[in-house]
Amino acid sequence: MIEIKDLTKRYGSFTAVDSLTMDIAKGTVFGFVGPNGAGKSTTMSILATLLAPTSGSAKVGGFEVTEHPGDVRRLIGYMPDFFGVYDNFKTTEYLDFYGASYGLSRAERKKIIPQLLELVNLSDKAEFYVDSLSRGMKQRLCLARCLVHEPELLILDEPASGMDPRARIEMREILKELKLMGKTIIISSHILPELAEMVDEIGVIEQGRLIAKGRVSDIQQGMRANRVLHIRLLEREDEALAMLAEEPYVSMSYLDEQGIHLHFGGTDADQAALLGRLIGHGYRVVSYSEAQTNLEDVFMEITKGAKLS
Amino acid sequence: MNVTDRLINPVLEKEFRLRMRSVKSIVAILSYLVAMALLAFGFLYVTMNDYGMQAFNPERSQMLFYFITGSQMVLICFMTPGLTAGVISGEREKQTLNILLTTRQSSASIILSKLAASLSFMVLIVIATLPLYSMVFLFGGVSPSELISVFLFFLFVMVMLGAVGVFFSTMFKKTMVAVILTYGFTVVIYGFTGLFAIFLSAILPRGNMLAGYVLGTNPMGALLSLLNEDFSREVFGRASSLQIWHIFVPFYTLVTVLAILLSIRYLRPILRKPAGNGKQ
Ligand SMILES: Nc1ncnc2c1ncn2[C@@H]1O[C@H](COP(=O)(O)OP(=O)(O)OP(=O)(O)O)[C@@H](O)[C@H]1O
Ligand SMILES: [Mg+2]
Repeated sequence: MIEIKDLTKRYGSFTAVDSLTMDIAKGTVFGFVGPNGAGKSTTMSILATLLAPTSGSAKVGGFEVTEHPGDVRRLIGYMPDFFGVYDNFKTTEYLDFYGASYGLSRAERKKIIPQLLELVNLSDKAEFYVDSLSRGMKQRLCLARCLVHEPELLILDEPASGMDPRARIEMREILKELKLMGKTIIISSHILPELAEMVDEIGVIEQGRLIAKGRVSDIQQGMRANRVLHIRLLEREDEALAMLAEEPYVSMSYLDEQGIHLHFGGTDADQAALLGRLIGHGYRVVSYSEAQTNLEDVFMEITKGAKLS
Repeated sequence: MNVTDRLINPVLEKEFRLRMRSVKSIVAILSYLVAMALLAFGFLYVTMNDYGMQAFNPERSQMLFYFITGSQMVLICFMTPGLTAGVISGEREKQTLNILLTTRQSSASIILSKLAASLSFMVLIVIATLPLYSMVFLFGGVSPSELISVFLFFLFVMVMLGAVGVFFSTMFKKTMVAVILTYGFTVVIYGFTGLFAIFLSAILPRGNMLAGYVLGTNPMGALLSLLNEDFSREVFGRASSLQIWHIFVPFYTLVTVLAILLSIRYLRPILRKPAGNGKQ
């Protein structure tokens, strides 16, 4: 659906996107992660035909963005990171305007607008003026707007920024539904764990370069293989440590004020069996838990081998 | 798509709706009408005091017509830049432009709809002043064809100033800059060209037509020549049949067309073919 090759964007001597190369398959939900100023929005603007690249090529649905911007616009729904709304419009009028701008007939608009409002949970706000909506509602409205011409590709630039946790969960549900509808989605964020929950594939961009790209399922496997167990006993912790170090699947172990830390590579069943043996040896276990692993670390670890660009 | 869908451009419809809903528009229409009415009645009051009711003859009525028309011309130059210099940069500042540019509306349809919408608003305001002109017809001295040509001239100047306003609005990110430049342009063509023409006619020998050509870029000069044929003769000489507005109209038609074409060209980024890519 998207083919980017050696895409470069310079502002004067500053390189915002640096020979970026990547493909995104049809039907994939792709997460674009990176710190502030990494070049996410720049890349997405180029895909949305709003910005001319300095060099390189970007294709959407087979159309080069610089050569066939009209065809690209038909295929995409773009949600910018910052956007405004026409305050004096009512919610339905707002969607109606964009529907008309995409060349939908009155009948088509009449049909799709209630469906879209239903999808983003704004049906009860249909007759409200847009400026009376809360920020999260405006974001959902903007998402509905992206969908009005039934595009195949959604380019969502930080769609969940400024949303409260509940709204984020709702947003995730909406994205799930869109995925089921077969849409390709590219979505940016600077929070990896949040993104990992809603996408299939993740690309990490830093200083305009794609430094890692991989499937979320691989990351989850990686997480399982690298989990850290945290164990607290009532007494005799150093004795237990010596025993645990001999156990299979334990790659590293140490003791501090918080208790015993084990790097454990086994399955869930191995982990349960280990607890059984601890108790069998008469240790009084206060807590036995998985420590939160750092997703970023695991992700970088997993994708390090794959050479990109 | 049915017929109304095709005829009414969505951007145009949106502009109408949003404009008519905003309090600003109503205030603009009202203040324009109040200003025009005050000027007209002020003129009546002053002339009646001097000569009395009986003295209000067709000649004086013609004076009133010139006076209202001249004032209207000045008001138009104040209103049009304010109405048009924000149409694109305003959307950019409100962060709605990006979204609009990703829709399937062509640059031409966005620019022309925006221009048409703000101009229709101006036309509405000017038409709302028609009742004032009824006073003139009450006393005679002015023919309907004169009134029609004056209104056509208004329309022409509004389209021209509007196109220049839209052009600056497209080229500059900030509405403030676009507004200042459009007013600057207005000041130059209303004031500067007039002063320059007066200066030229003072230093150049009689019979030199340069001053007349310069005056041909001045809306007030063109308006005067439209109202009074003798005015052009004073500038171009007795024998010449050239009218000042004959220069004004082609010159500013060119300006208008250029302003519109450049706006359409630069509304979206110019998506050049990236270097090194062969023809596919
Ligand atoms: N118009 C511009 N002129 C000059 N530099 C720009 C311009 N737009 C963006 N940049 C620079 O390009 C870099 C990439 O910006 P971009 O907005 O793509 O980052 P981002 O990854 O979206 O960051 P964020 O997470 O903050 O949204 C930044 O360093 C920014 O300063
Ligand atoms: Mg950004």
